[in-house]
Amino acid sequence: MRPSQGSVNVLVPDFLERSADHLPDKVALVCDGQRLTYAEIEARANRLAHALKARGVGRGERVALFLPNSVELVVGIFAVLKAGGVFVVINPTTKHNKLAYILNNCEASALILPGRQLALARQLVGETPSLKMIIAVGPAEDDGPIASYDAIQASFPDARPSHVNIDLDLACLIYTSGSTGDPKGVMSDHSNVVFAASSIIEYLRNVEDDIIIGMLPLSFDYGLYQLLMAFKFGGTLVLEKGFAYPAAILRRVEEERVTGFPGVPTVYAVLLQMDLSAYDLSSIRYLTNTAAALPPSHILRLREKFPWARLYSMYGLTETKRTLYLPPEELERRPGSVGIAIPGTEVWLVDEEGRRLGPGDTGELVVRGRHVMRGYWNAPEATAERFRPGPLPGERVCYTGDLFRMDEDGFLYFVARKDDIIKSRGEKVAPKEVENVLYELPGVVEAAVIGVPDELLGQAIKAFLVVKGEPLSEAQVLAHCKAHLEDFMVPRYVEFVAELPKTSSGKIKKTDLK
Amino acid sequence: MQNVEELVRQYIAQNILFSNNGYPYADDASFLDEGIIDSMNVLELVAFVEEKFGITVQDQDIVPDHFDSVSKLAAYVRRRMG
Repeated sequence: MRPSQGSVNVLVPDFLERSADHLPDKVALVCDGQRLTYAEIEARANRLAHALKARGVGRGERVALFLPNSVELVVGIFAVLKAGGVFVVINPTTKHNKLAYILNNCEASALILPGRQLALARQLVGETPSLKMIIAVGPAEDDGPIASYDAIQASFPDARPSHVNIDLDLACLIYTSGSTGDPKGVMSDHSNVVFAASSIIEYLRNVEDDIIIGMLPLSFDYGLYQLLMAFKFGGTLVLEKGFAYPAAILRRVEEERVTGFPGVPTVYAVLLQMDLSAYDLSSIRYLTNTAAALPPSHILRLREKFPWARLYSMYGLTETKRTLYLPPEELERRPGSVGIAIPGTEVWLVDEEGRRLGPGDTGELVVRGRHVMRGYWNAPEATAERFRPGPLPGERVCYTGDLFRMDEDGFLYFVARKDDIIKSRGEKVAPKEVENVLYELPGVVEAAVIGVPDELLGQAIKAFLVVKGEPLSEAQVLAHCKAHLEDFMVPRYVEFVAELPKTSSGKIKKTDLK
Repeated sequence: MQNVEELVRQYIAQNILFSNNGYPYADDASFLDEGIIDSMNVLELVAFVEEKFGITVQDQDIVPDHFDSVSKLAAYVRRRMG
């Protein structure tokens, strides 16, 4: 039986649809040299949704979007939601093996990717039994399971399909690195996304006139939510492919009169090295930082460079989207803090035995609220470890695995991670995932990967290798990593050593490496 | 002196792609769209052309029009070398 629809449910596709109804002619997206209105994006997403439905992609089915930040990625996300499906955005630098792993892990029904990757798509069809449709963006002809995005746009109707979901249905999976090395898909239902987006919009005080620049990949929740939030409050998103060309980004800020600037520490480290006087950045109303902490010295220098803007230090993990934010007026007093729980949620600290801790103590951060996601796709054990029973029967809270300290006024300070995940350029890197790839190299008998402090990257990835037999060159190691890992996971440094330090039980002792 | 295109291709092949078979793309292939280099590599490329060709690259010159393909980069370097 079909679920009963009504206005009591707010679903993620409503973000686009309500704005398309109220502000049809407003520019929603500036990307790839195009300026698209809400009505235009709505029409394109509707056509693509009809095409997905025509091939039997329906309620609850996963559709992978292996695309760079682009108009088609934005259209694709909303098309999947309109069709009742679950969207999965995959970083465009992901390599074949991991891509195949993710597609099989989430049992994707459809895959949308650039037309120039058709050879890869044909291979993936053979390796992924669940795939029934491939949509190629750009130059491509319809051929078997492969459908051309352009042909779909030319032939399907632009009428809005009726919703088939309720807000407990999944909206998206966001894959994130875990300490075991296998990526895990964090499941967000519609109510999780709607709540998280609303809470963030509240503390950032977003209004319809806001224009946000998006330069982080939409495969990353921080990047994705810039789109979701902008469409929810009826703003404009200026979507860029990345921060490779800082001057070009600043030029866009100036031309588009950008008001919201979401960055990560690497972006701010680059900005602080530049002469910003050549640009008119006066339109910027707020800057946000998350993914890794900004050094307090950078925070103070940023405030000097942007004295007119509100600067938000924040903390989060994909499992709860955003968790903490520091109200900008507190920045001066507590530059090292990432703040308090986001509006409508609560957090506390616990010790190893699960006892609640008070000010001054250090313990694991626990999070309670509607932004606590639904767990990991197809990974009940990992889910049970991270998402545990809360104070009320049947509810779950998120154990973040991150250690914090609280001051007398309840503001939180990040201390350390409980696992050995590395944060490089704001992206999570599981040492295990890199080590697994290194072990595939002939002659590698031991591999250990750690993060080392780096001015620009936050942490840079360093690999230690013990090689027997034919010696390997650094270039060989890096070429292999480049072929099998996303760009941000490729080690910056490789050191060949005769042996690795060990604990008494014979495990590699990483704390002795640097 | 070898032509600028060749030096750029060689640099990317050896230091960014770690490739054994040279630079396998067309000179007008977009670095970022084709995934040839990533955003951090752009800064490496800037350092490379400054050192190799003795030019100074201003922040405002680090834009796709100059740094997003072998052809564009070579044209930029030649212009700057006068």
